[in-house]
Amino acid sequence: MKVFVVGLNHKIADVDVREKLAFNGPKLVEGLIKFKELPEVQEAIILSTCNRVELYANVNDAKIASESTKTFLSEFHNLNRGSLDNALYIYDDINAIRHIFRVASSLDSMVVGEPQILGQLKDAFELALTKKTTGILLNKLMKKAISVAKRVRTDTRIAENAVSISFAAVELAKKIFTDLSRRVFMLLGAGEMAELAARHLIGSGVKEVLVSNRTYERACELASEFNGRPVKFDDFIQEMVRTDIIICSTGAPHYIITKSQMQKVMKERKQRQVFIIDISVPRNIDPEINGLDNVYLYNVDDLRGVVDANMFERQKEAEKAEKIIEEELETFLKWQSSLDSVPTIIALREKAEEIKKEELDKLFHKIQGIGEKEKEAIEYMATALTNKLIHPPTAALKEDSENKDALVAAIRRLYGINGEKNED
Amino acid sequence: MGVILFELALTFYFAATIVSITELFKGSKITAKIMVLLAAVGFAIHTVDIIYRYVTAGHIPITNPHEATSFFSWCIVLIFFILQFRYKISLLSSFIMPIVFILMLSSSMLPREIKPLSPVLHSYWLGIHTILAFLGNAAFALAFGIGFMYLVQEHYVKSKRLGDLFERLPSLQTLDEINYRLITFGFPLFTLAIITGALWAESAWGSYWNWDPRETWSLITWFIYAIILHARFVAGWRGKRAALLSMIGFLTILIAFFGIKLLRTGYHVFL
Repeated sequence: MKVFVVGLNHKIADVDVREKLAFNGPKLVEGLIKFKELPEVQEAIILSTCNRVELYANVNDAKIASESTKTFLSEFHNLNRGSLDNALYIYDDINAIRHIFRVASSLDSMVVGEPQILGQLKDAFELALTKKTTGILLNKLMKKAISVAKRVRTDTRIAENAVSISFAAVELAKKIFTDLSRRVFMLLGAGEMAELAARHLIGSGVKEVLVSNRTYERACELASEFNGRPVKFDDFIQEMVRTDIIICSTGAPHYIITKSQMQKVMKERKQRQVFIIDISVPRNIDPEINGLDNVYLYNVDDLRGVVDANMFERQKEAEKAEKIIEEELETFLKWQSSLDSVPTIIALREKAEEIKKEELDKLFHKIQGIGEKEKEAIEYMATALTNKLIHPPTAALKEDSENKDALVAAIRRLYGINGEKNED
Repeated sequence: MGVILFELALTFYFAATIVSITELFKGSKITAKIMVLLAAVGFAIHTVDIIYRYVTAGHIPITNPHEATSFFSWCIVLIFFILQFRYKISLLSSFIMPIVFILMLSSSMLPREIKPLSPVLHSYWLGIHTILAFLGNAAFALAFGIGFMYLVQEHYVKSKRLGDLFERLPSLQTLDEINYRLITFGFPLFTLAIITGALWAESAWGSYWNWDPRETWSLITWFIYAIILHARFVAGWRGKRAALLSMIGFLTILIAFFGIKLLRTGYHVFL
């Protein structure tokens, strides 16, 4: 019994390859059941997200399993079998377990620390549970992976810092204002990045949205899209008196808000805090206004600086997370190896019991007419003999030793315990 | 027993201060909880200590510098807990507990014996005047801490270097609002303290105002807080300026409180 992983992620495959191998909607259930039906696969889980497709299994022989899994994938997705040979990563045993722990803890994600992957992994596990495609090994592994991910989340600060510009803008706004739902937001101009940041801010629930643009029709368009109110470009300075957060991205080649204008605005709004994000290049807002009291001006580079610092933090936290994973890996391996000796101990004990019973029956059959007392004494001696004989190997199996696999194999051979281990 | 109670409270406040300072460098939910627990135990013992002194002396135990400083600290911790309960501001303790500890430490070094009450203090004004004054001043002490937090957070946001503390400090607006509320709470109490003080002076010495150093400094303090409130209403002085002024205001209180004590002149000599 070995954990086995076949898959691909955003690092080794482009989206067009990933989507060919993806298990979407009803295909996921069908794929999972078919995968489980492979003779080599004893337990199965399929994780399919936009960034990765991974098949987890419990197998005995990784080589055979990888061949049959590749064949399965090519047949299931109608792909050329040969094209899969170099497109996938394959891990087994310790590397497979480590990989799954890293995936669950979001260390293998495109944005390290993003939280969605754990939910997706839980869903994949849930599905496998309802379809009864997992057993003792993968169940334990998934539970462990989820708890490892939680430990990484609580013991490191991997998911704490904003790592996208629009997210950083929202985080900053939350550190300037108490309650975004009482704040007025204005989008000045347009542009992909500005609109994305605006969408993020509006998504975190501002009170009112204003949109101003040099072309009034564009302002109206965007305003209806954002559920806001269009403002004529000549009036935007006036509206700034009641606006708390501004995202600015016009194509103007010069400053559209100067320091003296801003001073006037601040006086009129009684110095209430203003957060301005200038995404435009060249800049549209006089950088000097950051020197005014209660005005907080960030440009694209400032935000990028915040994001980079956060990224660096995450990298440091990721190193801590890797250590946690190594620790947890060890405890899991310990559990897994104890699993192997338990059925052997049981089999050994059953074998001894069987021999004892057989021999006692034979004996009692031969010598008739002995009393209960004598019978009991003989039985007692037989039990003592068998117990004493199987005690050393049982004790050895229970011990933690390095080459347990070899020990288990040796004991099975010496005592003539053959065939399947009764796992279930 | 009084001595043991005071020393115990001091010890707990000291422990709370140490924990709250370590919190500045590495915050966790557990240390925050330990801090609150230590401060709460300290506060409970402190309360018993004050009640014990009240029972032993037979009058409000705010009649000598030791008692006054101790009661001042008690008021600060009281308002700290009210704020903590209402706003749940992480890190507030890191800015307040050191002040409490320093006040308590200086209180511990002042003579503690309970002397017979001088005839001037034997008045119902004693309780009213001192409690109003110290509650008002305690609110200003909290405003000092919150103002300090504001300046730290503002520095992070303005300089665009956002550290770990930035993550854990509350928003600028929250800090500004709390600062303002504390001052609007403290100011009327402080005003009433000055008025009751004047009435008391009249009944004790026959004149409302004697220009002794404590009175003069209190007036200066009163003007500073009046300016903070006035400038906020009229000119919208909020944020950094309000934070700075509230810190200056509290420093004048400390000067009035300790500086004048060292001079030992004027009518307030007993305090």
